[in-house]
Amino acid sequence: MTLDCLGQKCPLPVIRLAQNIGKVAVGEVIRVLADDPAARNDIPAWCRMKGQEYLGSPEPAAFEVRRVS
Amino acid sequence: MPRQPDDTVPKVDDRAVRAAYLDAATAAPLHPVAREALLAALADGWADPVRLYAAGRRAQQLAEAARAAFAEALAVRPDEISLWPSGTAAAQAAVLGGRAGRARQGDTLVHSAIEHSAVLHAARTGKAVEVPVDRLGRIDLDAWDRAVSAPGTALASLISASHEVGTLQPVAAAAGYCAEAGVPLFVDAAQSIGHAEVPAGWSLLSASAHKWGGPPGVGVLVVRKGVRWISPFPQDDLYRPGAPGAVDLPAVVAAAASLRAVLGEASSVAARQTALVARIRERVAATVPDVEVVGDPDRRLPHLVTFSCLYVDGEALLHALDRRGFAVSSGSSCTASTLRPSHVLEAMGVLSHGNVRVSLHRDTTAEEVDRFLAVLPGLVAEIRAEAGM
Repeated sequence: MTLDCLGQKCPLPVIRLAQNIGKVAVGEVIRVLADDPAARNDIPAWCRMKGQEYLGSPEPAAFEVRRVS
Repeated sequence: MPRQPDDTVPKVDDRAVRAAYLDAATAAPLHPVAREALLAALADGWADPVRLYAAGRRAQQLAEAARAAFAEALAVRPDEISLWPSGTAAAQAAVLGGRAGRARQGDTLVHSAIEHSAVLHAARTGKAVEVPVDRLGRIDLDAWDRAVSAPGTALASLISASHEVGTLQPVAAAAGYCAEAGVPLFVDAAQSIGHAEVPAGWSLLSASAHKWGGPPGVGVLVVRKGVRWISPFPQDDLYRPGAPGAVDLPAVVAAAASLRAVLGEASSVAARQTALVARIRERVAATVPDVEVVGDPDRRLPHLVTFSCLYVDGEALLHALDRRGFAVSSGSSCTASTLRPSHVLEAMGVLSHGNVRVSLHRDTTAEEVDRFLAVLPGLVAEIRAEAGM
């Protein structure tokens, strides 16, 4: 699943991620496209707080998260 | 004709609307001793202290007494002190003058990733190496040791305690590594002076009067004897190190008098604030879901606490708190003039949105803190509900 949050200010990309994480199966990956400067910091922080796995940023303004629970 | 009281206007219950100022780390309310000294010095210290007539001599007396009071309070010599128009100016003068004074040894400034932005901006005028911090905001001492020991290091800069999250830095250990490497250490002590002890071992130190309850517009810089400091500014006819031009003498007098008073009451004020901050840390974590209370829970400033609420727009929360009479600040990007999240929260890797910094002053009451703790969970819930969470 890819969430296009380009142009959205934080915390919107993190809210979209939280709203959609339950829609993928455990083990699957969500890709978030976000260009707000806070996303690079806040998406990994969300993963840590919510026990999900942050996989990294394969390209600028793209962040991948694996659902683990 | 004297105005008659108008009994058709309903009396406002000022308890209900009374504001609670919880942003002392930005600017502390004027200490009563500062107010008293300011008024006295405005009446008595307006003349130019370098002039030879009676009013000038009186101003000179006040200036010298203020310098002596700073020296005593900071346990340094009076001639090691210079006065600046702000803490920012003092910190930048420390970085620029300290780096220039070591030009023969090197040109690189080593600094923590969580320095005040004033220091970071000064750092960027030349070569700089940044030392990372951990999740609690403490510098990596091994990385610090490696950085200050590297050839070409002119100066090291370490904030005594984070102005955003309150974490105390290991100043004594950092100073030890600097001494081994023969590199002078500048400590930006703006958040610590008047609140927490600053360990010895530094070569330069700066502070800001309006962080301890003095008036705004007074920065203090200490350059220890034997430390080479070259003014980054053209000097005046007096050839004395310091800011160009005349200082605001009444404000300086008030700053010195209030520092002495603040240090006298610091331990009892800090004990009360430490307990109030512990209560905020505990209650926020217990009553607000999905919240991260950040910074070192133990080795911290007594008066400052920071937390971040998931899914909350920091600016919306600041405005909601302001409508209820609470003044706080935030490191969230939407509240910053740069539209970037706080470099301190980023360096720590903690959540930057929904961020609130609460900082207490000497007169903050338990009742104010409890009112804040009572309204916060509802405001956070409302903002989350509006965002669909």
